This record gives sequence, C-alpha cells and structure tokens, in this order.
Amino acid sequence: MKMITAIIKPFKLDEVREALSELNVQGITVTEVKGFGRQKGHTELYRGAEYVVDFLPKTKIEAAVDDAIVDQVIDTIQSAARTGKIGDGKIFVSSLEQVIRIRTGETGNDAL
Amino acid sequence: MIRTMTKLIAGFTVAMALGVSLPALAQDAVKPAAPAASAATAPADAAAAPAAAPVAAPAAAAAPAPAEAAPAAPTPQKGDTAWMFVATLLVIMMTIPGLALFYGGLVRSKNMLSVLLQVFMIFAVIIVLWCIYGYSIAFTEKTAFFGGFDRAFLNGIWDPVKASFSTAATFSKGVVIPEFIYVAFQGTFAAITCALIVGAFAERAKFSAVLAFMVLWFTFGYLPVAHMVWFWTGPDAIKDAATLATESAKAGWLWQKGALDFAGGTVVHINAAVAGLVGAFMIGKRIGYGREHMAPHSLTMTMIGASMLWVGWFGFNAGSALEAGDVAALAFINTLLATAAAAVSWVVGEWITKGKPSMLGGASGAVAGLVAITPACGFVGPMGGLIIGLVAGVVCLWGVNGLKRLIGADDSLDVFGVHGVGGILGALLTGVFAAPSLGGQGIFDYTTNKMSADPYSIASQVLIQAEAIGTTIVWSAVVSLIAYKLVDIVIGLRVPEDQEREGLDITSHGESAYHS
Repeated sequence: MKMITAIIKPFKLDEVREALSELNVQGITVTEVKGFGRQKGHTELYRGAEYVVDFLPKTKIEAAVDDAIVDQVIDTIQSAARTGKIGDGKIFVSSLEQVIRIRTGETGNDAL
Repeated sequence: MIRTMTKLIAGFTVAMALGVSLPALAQDAVKPAAPAASAATAPADAAAAPAAAPVAAPAAAAAPAPAEAAPAAPTPQKGDTAWMFVATLLVIMMTIPGLALFYGGLVRSKNMLSVLLQVFMIFAVIIVLWCIYGYSIAFTEKTAFFGGFDRAFLNGIWDPVKASFSTAATFSKGVVIPEFIYVAFQGTFAAITCALIVGAFAERAKFSAVLAFMVLWFTFGYLPVAHMVWFWTGPDAIKDAATLATESAKAGWLWQKGALDFAGGTVVHINAAVAGLVGAFMIGKRIGYGREHMAPHSLTMTMIGASMLWVGWFGFNAGSALEAGDVAALAFINTLLATAAAAVSWVVGEWITKGKPSMLGGASGAVAGLVAITPACGFVGPMGGLIIGLVAGVVCLWGVNGLKRLIGADDSLDVFGVHGVGGILGALLTGVFAAPSLGGQGIFDYTTNKMSADPYSIASQVLIQAEAIGTTIVWSAVVSLIAYKLVDIVIGLRVPEDQEREGLDITSHGESAYHS
C-alpha cells in the first residue's frame, strides 16, 4: 500500500477527483494549504503599503491506494492536474505500513 | 468691518419661492440660537397665536424689538422638520455602522471588534456628553471661542411653564426648525468627528485611553472649534448694517472673519485628522510596522462601509442647510458629483501609477471626495464641485503615499492622508469656487437679503479660509498633545506588546469577530 500525497492548483481539484474515481480509488482526503515552491508569490498593494505574499493557496490531496494501482493513480493525477504552467504542484509517494477501518476493524487492503 | 460681516453671513442666494427671501446661508449649520437673541420660542400648539413667545429674544438692546415688532414668531414647517429627522438619521448611519465597517475592514481580523467597539462607544459617550454640556458650549452665546451653559442638560428647550418648545434658526429669515432636532443633528457631527480619530491609532491603543482622550478632546478640541466656525445668532434679527454688526459680534471667532465651512471641513475633518496624526506620533508605530503583513482583512466590509458613508453623507451635507430647499439640493448634487469624480480620479491615478485599479482605491477616493466637498457643498456650483472632486482624488492618493512616507507616522488607516489632506484642500477650494464668476453662490448679504453687492475676491476669501485652517490645525494639535500626554500619564496609551500581538479583540474585549 502506498500513500499518495499531491499538492495541486485549487481549481484542478474537481478534475482530479473525477479522474481518480474512475480508477476505483475509494476515498481521498482534501486540505486547503499554503506554501511556496518555484512559483513566486505575488505583491499586494493597499494604498501606500505593499506586501509580498510568499505563500500561495494550494490544495493537498491524500489517497491511500493498493500497490497495484499506484502508477495509474500517479499518471492520472499528473495528467488531470497539469496546466503546463509553473505552480502545478508535486506528487509524493510514500509507503504505508498499515490501514485500519475503524467501523469494522478490517486491516490492510481490505480497509482501503 | 461691515463688509467682512456681510461675508460672514455669507451664504448663497437661493431663495425659495416663499414670500420673504429664504436665502440659505453660509457657513454651515449652526445657529441654534439658543438663548441668544434670535432664537424665537415657538409655542407648540398655540403657534400662530400670541407673539408672546419671543421672551427669550429681547436681550439685545441694539436690535430693536426683534421679536416683538415682528408679526409672530416663526413656527417650524413640517417639510423642513421632516428633512432634518431624515438627515440626522443618515449621519447616525454614517458612524454606526458606516465608519465602523469602513475602518473595521481595514484592520487585521484579530482587531476587528476593537475598532467596531471604539467607534460604537465613542458615538454613545459623545452623544451623552453632547446633551449634558456639549451642545451648550458649542451653540450658545458667550465668547467668540466658547459658548455658555444656558443649554446645559438641554435646559430651556422645552418650557413646561409656557408649555412651549423653542426653535433653532436656519440660514433663512423666518424659517426655523425645532431646537431638539437641531441638537440631535449637531450631536451626530460631534460623535462622528471623534470616531474618525481612532483610525489613526487603530490596532494598538488601550480602550480606556481612547475613551478618556475622546472626552478631553471633545470638550477642549471639538466644542470650541465648532463654536468658532459655526456659531451665530441666526439671520432673523439682521435688518441693516447696525443690526448686522451687533449680531455678528456675538458669533464665533472664525464665523466673524467670514470663513466658509458649510458642513465641517475644518470643524470635522481637519480637526479630527490633526488629532489623529498627533495620536499616531504619540502612541507610536504598530509592532512590526513596515515589516509584517498588515493587509486589510476584509475589503468587502470596507466597501460596504464606504458606501454607507456616501449615502449617509447626503444627510451630513444637504442636512447642513437646515431646511429642505434649494441650498440643500445644491449640497446634495455636489455631494453626489464630487464624490463620484474623486472615486474616478483616485482609481485612474493608481491605475496609471501602480498598474492596477483597486477596490480600496475606489472606496478611498469616494471618501476623499466626500471630505473635500464637505466645506464647499452649499457654496459652490456643481462644476466647481466636479473639479474639487477630481482634484481631491489625486491629491489624497498622494496623501496616503508620498506624504505619508514624508510624515513617517503609522497613521494606520490614513486619517490624515484622506481627511486632513482632503479637508484642507476642500476648505481652500471652497474659497475659490464659491465665487459667482466660477458658478458659486458668492456671499449672502442679510441686510439686503440678496447676494452681496461687493465684488467677490477669491484671493481674500482663500486667505480667510487659510486662516480658519491654520487656526483649526494649531488648536487641535495643541489640545491633542496635552490630552494624549495626560492620558498617557494617568492610564497609558498603548496595550502591552503581547496583547498587541495576540490582538485587541481577545485581550481587550474577550471576544472574537470570526470563528472558523
């Protein structure tokens, strides 16, 4: 099992979710986050005061998936979230030791 | 002297169709001739009946029986009175919630309630003080700088023995309004003036210190300036040069000089802006000023507040005519046009110089235009108003950029850049565009009941305006300096650093504006 964590542009969330549901991914967790990468922040001007905003709003998606579909999930997220412009985000893959469904106590792949 | 006096009495010509001439008058409002000579007491019900009312009047020996000889004491017209109720409500709405939201949106979310509450409570406190002694000191006869205590506790406006209400004079002979609504109307001016000041030291001042300062500044700053600029005894006793001189001698110091301030460029805006600027210096900069992110937390609120200010300002400006007539209409169109012009010129100005048009720019431009047209609105023609608005937008844009950096104080919400700069500009341009040759109303002469025959001199009027501006700046600065110092010694002006960091909402008031 792998944990896929993707940071994407917020307006791409719906496309990514739709694409993933076609892949039989059973669930994802979405968080609104802020951060910086190679895409620079922007400047805001309020009367005479200028502020540089370093952290841009992004959306973080987390999905725990079966090893068998990891590559497909990665490809799907990449193609759905891609605009080709700087700031499209990143995908992180990490191994997942255990998953437990709270309601039934199922573990491992059964709990995904 | 007489010529000056005529200027004072200033006014515009206007005149309504009613029998006598009802020229509205010049300097803004004022004239509640309280116990002073011209205040005629109008019996409530027995209105037209006995001319007995004028008991209050006969004070002035020089004025030959002002009231007695007159046919009957004038009684308020329902149209004028109704308009003054509306105007007063509009000015209340300007402050709460208009100004409160305008300011509140500009601070960080952790200080939202502190600003709302400061504005709200200043309004409440000042209204109480106004009715106890403020009105009397500002609008009764005594010296050229302070009024007396004849109307303290609003004494004498209702006379239970004669069962009559007194009236306040307007700028038209024979036109009066109930004195109680005049008290309320002017009270809202005092309250918003004090509330304007808090923008200069928002996000760091101690709540108790703010209230204590306001009590002092209201008493020794606002009241005398209002008296100096606005108090006169009304037009009714003025019949000729002699009575003009007698009545003028009872008026406020700057009124006597002929300063034109229709709705409060000096009394309200310059006065408050200077008090704010002194406060920004005395209280010091916010922690992290210039380094940390201090962007407005809700320009949505600011836009709502600015719009309420604009709408409310029609009560402020057109209401300052004190009657529902031509001059009120003139003030109304000027308030509409100049404000729109200033919003346009500010936004275009920043679009050109900074690259983007902004919502805050639009809101700030509108307020700058409102401020600048305030002293002028009943004196200048609409095209004069248009120019005042266009200039105000650009000049105040400089006021919050170049000038602000020059001054170097942390005037958090740009009280001086907008109200100070706009107020000074408007007060000066009033002297220019009041000229009949530029479409203005000129100076009204109450002895002839028409526009003064003396040629209008722009240069000398601008000089008088400058004198009024200078007087207001110095007076307000000195009073503010002493008041802040006193409060600093007794209470302390600022909250401790950790409280400022955490936000005044939680640390000073124990509540949060927003819950996520």
